[in-house]
Amino acid sequence: MAPLIHEGTGTGQGQENEQVSELAMRSEPFPLEEPSVPNGLTGSQGDVLAARPVPVPVVERVYRHRLPVRISHWLNVPILIILIMSGLQIFNAHPALYWDDRSDREHPFLSIRPVKTESGEMRGITTILGYKFDTTGVLGYSDGKRRAFPAWATIPSAKVLAMGRQWHLFFAWLLVINGLFFTAYALISRHATRDLAPTGKDLRGIGKAVKDHLVLRHPKGEEAKRYNVLQKLAYVVILGVVAPLIVLTGLTMSPTIDTAFPWLLTLFGGRQAARTIHFIACFTFVGFIVIHVVEVILTGFFNNIRSMVTGWFVIKHEA
Amino acid sequence: MIPHERAMERRQFLKGTLGAASLVALAGCDNLSQSSWFPSLLSQTEKVTDRVQRAITPANALAKEYGEADISKVFPANGNTDPGTEAYAGHVAKNFSEWTVVVGGMVQTPMSWSLAALKELPARTQITRHDCVEGWSAIGKWTGIPLGDLLRQATPLPNAKFAVFHCADVDEEGVSYYESIALVDCYHPQTILAYELNGKPLDVPHGAPIRLRFERQLGYKQAKYVTKIELVETLSGIAGGKGGYWEDDQGYEWYAGI
Repeated sequence: MAPLIHEGTGTGQGQENEQVSELAMRSEPFPLEEPSVPNGLTGSQGDVLAARPVPVPVVERVYRHRLPVRISHWLNVPILIILIMSGLQIFNAHPALYWDDRSDREHPFLSIRPVKTESGEMRGITTILGYKFDTTGVLGYSDGKRRAFPAWATIPSAKVLAMGRQWHLFFAWLLVINGLFFTAYALISRHATRDLAPTGKDLRGIGKAVKDHLVLRHPKGEEAKRYNVLQKLAYVVILGVVAPLIVLTGLTMSPTIDTAFPWLLTLFGGRQAARTIHFIACFTFVGFIVIHVVEVILTGFFNNIRSMVTGWFVIKHEA
Repeated sequence: MIPHERAMERRQFLKGTLGAASLVALAGCDNLSQSSWFPSLLSQTEKVTDRVQRAITPANALAKEYGEADISKVFPANGNTDPGTEAYAGHVAKNFSEWTVVVGGMVQTPMSWSLAALKELPARTQITRHDCVEGWSAIGKWTGIPLGDLLRQATPLPNAKFAVFHCADVDEEGVSYYESIALVDCYHPQTILAYELNGKPLDVPHGAPIRLRFERQLGYKQAKYVTKIELVETLSGIAGGKGGYWEDDQGYEWYAGI
């Protein structure tokens, strides 16, 4: 462009510059951004702005999660994943569940078995209360191997009960220590009573909260500063019921603990019942983790992650 | 970029990151399992569990005893179900009439009992639950001699710490099965050398003619086909040094209280 202008005008430096800028402006078919000149061009735009005010969100930073909660939370991530996956490894050593104290092999509550069909093909069959489901590829038979849970779901991936137990029992201690640390902190700091326990008002709003969650409408602004009632209930049930349950049923599988605390057997209805409840509690954790991660993504992934890393949560108020 | 595209891209990014992270984590766990330092860190758990469980469990607390109605219809036999040696087959043919159990090692008076002599001693019968490391349980009625009674006759030396059970079953590589428990656990009233299951002499799959019942720990501690009980101060000199066949071979914990 420059040579063309130069040829056409043959003028001095200053004039050339002016012309270039003028040409450049004209040559843009649809200027996306108006140059920020004080008047003239922007006059009409200014009027539009005045007539239709753009809402300016007021951003507020709140300190949402204190350090002990953040530490405990992030420790739980590897601990729970390892406990679940090494637990599935242990389950694979005898992939059936029973009630009571004995394993009545004829009548398991649940079993996951490889079965050879008449044509000689291997299928994975999951049986729950006598109802059979073909779960080939995931449960019972996967990647050409006869195993209840597939290699990608267990630690170690190969079938090694002894090593699975070592992982499981080591991380079980860490879960207990982390759980005791969190419980002590939550009670002393009143995190439990102030933030986690649902209030009467919360509970009265439970119907609306359920409807809002079903259409994925999440609390905003001032409301987002607190946990909502479903969130509180989920945390209270997981921390107050499922976590103690999974630890106690795990201990009930220990023959030594059963001699020290025989009431555990009575409480859970036997050692095999405790094993079954342990498994159900595990999948309650899996369900909780899935919903938790989905909600973290839906309600602002980066904001949520930042608040659990640094403590600071950003809330936008509609002005 | 329009917001929709941005959201899509973010989702892709998240999916990719999570997928890659979980693959790396899984491979990482497998690498850790095969390293030397990590399993030895994990195995420290066993010592902690042993100490804590012993501290909170009264020394003579009994494992739950059940009623006749609770006995399992089928008591599965696991591990070796027949020693398969010529010598053992000879004992089976003679109905174990020449079977002896020796108590030796760190004792004042080494002793030896024939099966018939053992059956003369005061017996204990207990209906207890057998918990396999695999996860299943079975209930059976065991009759046998309290191990403490035998050891008291042999008088253990003060520094004896463990009882090692040598067994008649030998694997394909010629390694004999053995197990060991703490000497203190030998004196527990429910620790017996059993010769009957559900009112009948032990059959071969369940450890004929005599086996250990140690009710407060898992199934793999319940040594079958017992021929010799050796008292020792340390387990390091025996076979792989970890105190048992499964402990040496497969990496199971010596402390099998959980």
